[in-house]
Amino acid sequence: MENIDVLITTPVNPYLEQELDKRFNLIRLWNYPQKQEFFKNHSDSIRGVVNNPWHPADREFIDSLPALEIVSSYSVGLDHVDLGYCKGKGVKVTNTPDVLTEDVADLAIGLMLTTLRGISECDRYVRSGLWKKGDFKLTTKFSGKKVGIIGLGRIGTAIAKRAEAFNCPISYYSRSEKPESNYKYFPSVVELASHCDILVVACPLTEQTRHIVNREVLDALGPKGFLINIGRGPHVDEPELVAALVEGRIAGAGLDVFENEPHVPEELFGLDNVVLLPHVGSGTVETRNAMADLVIGNLEAHFSKKPLLTPVV
Amino acid sequence: MDPQDHQQPELRQVLVLQPPYVFNIHEHLFTDRFHVLKAYDSPLPTRDFLHANAQSVKVVLCSGAGPITADVIRDLLALKLVVTDATGVNHIDMAECGRRGIVVTNAGDVYSDDVADAAIGLLIDVMRRITSGDRFVRGGRWPTSREYPLGAKSFDVMVFKLEGKRVGIVGLGNIGSRVATRLEAMGCIVSYTSRQKKQSTHFTFYPNILQLAFDSDALVLCCALTSNTRHMINNKVMKALGKKGIIVNVARGALIDEVELVKCLVEGEIGGVGLDVFENEPNAPRELFELDNVVFLPHAAAFTNESFYDVAQVMIANLEAFFTNKPLLTLVNNKF
Repeated sequence: MENIDVLITTPVNPYLEQELDKRFNLIRLWNYPQKQEFFKNHSDSIRGVVNNPWHPADREFIDSLPALEIVSSYSVGLDHVDLGYCKGKGVKVTNTPDVLTEDVADLAIGLMLTTLRGISECDRYVRSGLWKKGDFKLTTKFSGKKVGIIGLGRIGTAIAKRAEAFNCPISYYSRSEKPESNYKYFPSVVELASHCDILVVACPLTEQTRHIVNREVLDALGPKGFLINIGRGPHVDEPELVAALVEGRIAGAGLDVFENEPHVPEELFGLDNVVLLPHVGSGTVETRNAMADLVIGNLEAHFSKKPLLTPVV
Repeated sequence: MDPQDHQQPELRQVLVLQPPYVFNIHEHLFTDRFHVLKAYDSPLPTRDFLHANAQSVKVVLCSGAGPITADVIRDLLALKLVVTDATGVNHIDMAECGRRGIVVTNAGDVYSDDVADAAIGLLIDVMRRITSGDRFVRGGRWPTSREYPLGAKSFDVMVFKLEGKRVGIVGLGNIGSRVATRLEAMGCIVSYTSRQKKQSTHFTFYPNILQLAFDSDALVLCCALTSNTRHMINNKVMKALGKKGIIVNVARGALIDEVELVKCLVEGEIGGVGLDVFENEPNAPRELFELDNVVFLPHAAAFTNESFYDVAQVMIANLEAFFTNKPLLTLVNNKF
């Protein structure tokens, strides 16, 4: 398949590039700073694209690649791909479900612990020499806190299982109740937020879930409540969140995602009760490689006319 | 409180030489119920205060900041009970207590959840580079590394998955067993070493730390500091753990040979550490301050609002039990 042109949009993983290089004629979009130039000269031959949440496959992009047959996204989230348009044009789409579930769930728990127990704040306290001047303050216990999960899919369920080991009572909001789960269901996010200590966003980003965490939800979460976001930045009304944090209307937040990555509201940099991460939910060596293997496996399957491994469209 | 058992606070004398940590927030819970004699508030030197005021005192409250030495005990002829807000009793002369028939109550397991949580928090933080990532974002470095959003070059390559990792717990007591159940839920393979194998647990027992280190990706220290465990984590154990190995210490600093630890970290002989305790607190090794694979806590693993409230409740419950001749709740087994 070395004569098949595959475009990779962003240098997310050297292993992925190396494996793509072995199998296809790999074209690296970042080597062409003059994008217009690039699309004029190379677009007709590109049959496959490997993209990710930072490089959308919207209408314009898809239209610029007339020979495109498959978009293989290096992610499980698909809010950055115009699925309807792809389906209409017969372009296949694949993602990377399951392999990253545990890592994202682990990070959610890690963010809960680091935020409630002030681990990063403590680390700063020691490194700056403040410990020599006095003891640190008391922090908030995590075990036993009520955890409310928005979205009880693969990731939400994995988070629940972990939090249960800390004796955290689990409740959730979902489009529909899941009778097979033993957790308490709330029919609205506001009600969920009123009844939990830690609110976790773990649902897909769609038109319906954009700003699912808004001012009303933050008010319901309250001054002793914490928000953890391992979903997508646009799940949360970010200016409202920043205001709530700056004004002390919620107790703190652990955030892996933001509305306009890589930009993070600077007001947050001065707060001690937030933990800020650069979208690393799936960012472990093992998982990145497993995601890469899925991307490659899907491309290989497509170009050898075999069934796709993890098709979405 | 049963009104029939209620005694006048003045008759329920409780001596305090140095205020225990719990007094910082919950002093009134004690002074509302008991007659608290504060030696530290008196202009008299301690010994004089004890001689003048405390000859009938049966109970003393203490924490690590105000040790109950043999000398203090000898000055308190009527002493029957020592109530501490700590779990450990190194600050109480247990031999002298044993000789005099004085009993001691501690914090029981009120801190165990919080210390276990801190251990897991440190482990995840080091393995997934959470504090390091927070520094990266706050330092404004994310936008300039835009080309490598998932980290290959900009952020960190040494970030590993937790699931399937072999974690060795050193000491499977109240804290270690809670660490074990939390790790199991995250898909880790849990083993432990202890003075003796625990019959009631399904985790794999290792009779010695070196073998456990060879077979582990991470070690979590949850055991007491004794003459046998001092510097148990030495160069040999660290080399056995290996270049990707992680150590978390929420027990006592002296369990680790700190000089060797610094050397191993600086030379890349182990993968990273999360430390709540150090050999010479409040000093932490400055050589480690530039490293991204180290996370520091200022001996804070036990200290939450909730645990401080809970320990006040346990201490008061022990005091109430003593003054009403009921069984004490968290009696410490005295081997003397």
